[in-house]
Amino acid sequence: MADKVLMKGNEAIAEAAIMAGCRFYFGYPITPQTEIAAYMAKRMPKIGGTFLQAESEVAAINMVYGVASTGLRVMTSSSSPGISLKSEGLSYLAGADLPSLVVNVQRGGPGLGGIQPSQSDYFQATKAGGHGDFRMIVLAPSSVQEMAELTVRGFELADQYRMTAMILADGTMGQMMEPVSLNFDVKPSPEKPWATTGTKLERPHNIVNSLSLVPEELEDLNFKRYEKYKIIEENEVMYESYRMEDAEICIAAFGIAARVSRNAIDAARELGIKVGMIRPITLWPFPKKAFKESLSTVKSYISVELSMGQMIEDVMLATEGRAPVTLCNRAGGMIPSPEQVLESIKLAAKNGGNN
Amino acid sequence: MSTKEFLFSGFGGQGILFAGKFIAYKGLMEGKQVSWLPSYGPEMRGGTASCGIIVSDGQVGSPIVARPDILVAMNLPSLDRYEQSVKPGGMIFYDSSLIERPLTRTDVKAFAVPATRLAGENGFPTLGNMILVGKILAAIGEFDEAGVDAALAKVISAKRADMLEINRKALLLGANY
Repeated sequence: MADKVLMKGNEAIAEAAIMAGCRFYFGYPITPQTEIAAYMAKRMPKIGGTFLQAESEVAAINMVYGVASTGLRVMTSSSSPGISLKSEGLSYLAGADLPSLVVNVQRGGPGLGGIQPSQSDYFQATKAGGHGDFRMIVLAPSSVQEMAELTVRGFELADQYRMTAMILADGTMGQMMEPVSLNFDVKPSPEKPWATTGTKLERPHNIVNSLSLVPEELEDLNFKRYEKYKIIEENEVMYESYRMEDAEICIAAFGIAARVSRNAIDAARELGIKVGMIRPITLWPFPKKAFKESLSTVKSYISVELSMGQMIEDVMLATEGRAPVTLCNRAGGMIPSPEQVLESIKLAAKNGGNN
Repeated sequence: MSTKEFLFSGFGGQGILFAGKFIAYKGLMEGKQVSWLPSYGPEMRGGTASCGIIVSDGQVGSPIVARPDILVAMNLPSLDRYEQSVKPGGMIFYDSSLIERPLTRTDVKAFAVPATRLAGENGFPTLGNMILVGKILAAIGEFDEAGVDAALAKVISAKRADMLEINRKALLLGANY
């Protein structure tokens, strides 16, 4: 335990980013993720990095675009309304095939919403980060340790695939403190021959751009990008199975919802109900195969969410309508209680999901 | 598996979050799994603060403390708000120099400690929080000086040896009250 320190999730993200070699942070304060910016403001100047509080979220994401073009590791962070402001920039980053790490510590919405935890930006993160055909790798930490580890992983994946990786956390994950061990191997940033670092008169100019006026060429770029996405879907899926060996009821939950569900599953198991959980760690790529394979024992699914039901659609797609999927949720900054989840499990068991 | 859930509550400025962090670190140093979750909502702007801490032998599931085993209330609004949430058989520690009413619960153990007054009388007026923490640790049989010192060293910078010493005094004062 000696190597473990207590850190807030937000601080763990910031420290892990620095350990991953990120030396450029651009952001604009917003609850509940401001500790990331505060941490960066304190640390970056001491290690020769740049912390810059931009005049707006729009400016911050375009500064990210600038640094990413030079091939250096760069990040920004915000919370729900701020991420909406960044969505134009996210699309441009995708169009220019630039690696970056973007953190969304979600709060209740829509609109300015509230400041309490939420997962209602799931659609935005996994399906509609901005205009045009593109994806982001979306990582959903469920502990402070994962806030750190997935930040490092996010930088690596972003570099490897030349795209944005997003950490999709929520207010609870950002604000809570847990023991965290910051001993991890960081893969160094790979060579980036495409980066705009100056030709030194030794090579042709690199151009980083998301404009492509010839439709045949633009189509080709889209096709190529989706070939890359296929590889990611094949190779980069991450999830955790919890008590799934003989599960007849399967909970789908990520982040804080998975933490709450774990309590409910343990309680239900004590009542003899065969329930487990598949916890997606990558929300995109979604662990489709894990859900599909679970159909061999599972008779019904419950999607536990801090939203009006967003991930549930991916659970339904993955299970192809072969088992009922119900929703157990709170919204607007509220969090389902373990008791509420347990009631949903009991109901599923009563309806023939089990026993 | 043994799990203890704490809820610390009071005014902003009473060291609620700090006291909770100390409890979490003490658990961590003893090899336990811990979580610490503060309130950060609009009520924070209104002057009240709270945080939930879970200390467990096993993995901590939900970090949200809705039904504490141990409640610390350092002002009346906090006691009013959380008294009913304590598990039957649980413990309530409250600052009796700031809270004048008796508890309504009879199924919990109550510990009235005039923490703020004691802190003032002993020359460390801001450490009523740690007096209460000392009382808790003694009441649950977990007050050991080595453990206390190790945890204090984690939450107070080594440069502030003076702070370390008065925090230790406050904890002892509470433990022996």
